[in-house]
Amino acid sequence: MAVAVAIIASKFIVPAPLSTAALLEVRDLACVRGGKPLFRALSFTVQEGELLWVEGRNGAGKTSLLRLVCGLAEPDGGEVRWRGAPARAQREGFLGELLYLGHLNALKDDLSVMENLRLAARLAGTDASRADVEAALAEAGIGALGARAVRTLSQGQRRRAALARLWLPGTRPLWILDEPFSALDAEAVQRLAACIAAHMHGGGVALLTTHQEVPLPGARVRRLALH
Amino acid sequence: MAAAFGAVFMRDILQAWRRRSDWLNALVFFVIVTSLFPLGVGADPKLLKAMAPGVVWVAALLAAMLSLPRVFGSDHADGTLEQLALAPQPLPLLVLAKVSAHWLLSGLPLALVAPVLGLQFGLEGTAIALLFVALLLGTPCLSLIGAVAAALTLGARGAGVLVALLVLPLYIPVLIFGAGAVEAWEAGTAPGAYLSLLAAGFLLALALTPWATAAAVRVALE
Repeated sequence: MAVAVAIIASKFIVPAPLSTAALLEVRDLACVRGGKPLFRALSFTVQEGELLWVEGRNGAGKTSLLRLVCGLAEPDGGEVRWRGAPARAQREGFLGELLYLGHLNALKDDLSVMENLRLAARLAGTDASRADVEAALAEAGIGALGARAVRTLSQGQRRRAALARLWLPGTRPLWILDEPFSALDAEAVQRLAACIAAHMHGGGVALLTTHQEVPLPGARVRRLALH
Repeated sequence: MAAAFGAVFMRDILQAWRRRSDWLNALVFFVIVTSLFPLGVGADPKLLKAMAPGVVWVAALLAAMLSLPRVFGSDHADGTLEQLALAPQPLPLLVLAKVSAHWLLSGLPLALVAPVLGLQFGLEGTAIALLFVALLLGTPCLSLIGAVAAALTLGARGAGVLVALLVLPLYIPVLIFGAGAVEAWEAGTAPGAYLSLLAAGFLLALALTPWATAAAVRVALE
């Protein structure tokens, strides 16, 4: 009898397979902007290899949600958990696994694309060689623009240069991308979609907002609609 | 951690090098303002000598203040500041990297030019050396304290004026001790205490302001 109990107990102790573990969990998140609640009691989980597509009209709070999740803004309630622990309590570990790309490209106008990306990589704690950056730029479809000052690039080229960070080595598991497809042409959209799909296949997690319908072949996509 | 500090520092230095005129403006402003005084008050050597430390220091405060909006302004506008706040390294450290770059670009040149301006006012050997040392100790305080104000006024309308109102009162101790060192020597007393107080002020600012600046940056990003 005692043996049977032990077996049953051990069945419960068996950890859930990694593929279904929730990497990112949002609990009862609330956000108030300008005295008006954008959303409240928002809860969701994102598991390994899953992409969360945040939808909603303009002003629904998509960007606010992404900024809350990555910790740029303080929630008016609730919490964000990463790998089972509050993200705030493990700031360094959480941010070390996060790659955030906002509306703004975070590129310095006076520096070249190459300099921008290498410095960004060093800031993120990885060392990207010239060859690494060149490869990333080629993947982003702007292989010839490495030496150009960002000031001289078009809007779409800048966006591609900012997105080239996704192809740099030392990739982080959690991608938070705010309108990554904006200002991109059809070819760049395809490249980016393939990159995101590959990230999902590698067991990564992504949160993104977009108004475009972009096919992501083979990626597990969940949708979150904000009203 | 050192790599991230270096990356932020290098980025600011590189960018300033590409936009040299921006930083030269503050230096030229410093030289012109100090040069206006002899023209305005006349060429009485005793009077000029007596007011030299004060004039140089007030001009240094104003010149340091001129360049403050640039510390975080463009980073805030182009999204680099968000990335800084999301770097795994502590934000106060990265802020300190930016402040160090600011000092190297705007504070150090003031200290280096000051001896020449001292000559213009008829200061002599030791007084000039004291002026230089006092500026060397004082200008980092100006950058450190100024960064707090620069971060607090991010995104505010009329940020330039607001920075002046916030930061000039905070600069007063630096001004008093900085100018006091040279004045004390001219008056025949030991300037050591003034320099010690400046150094103490620098250490205090170094220990406290990066945290305040980082907190202000976070508020500005929210």
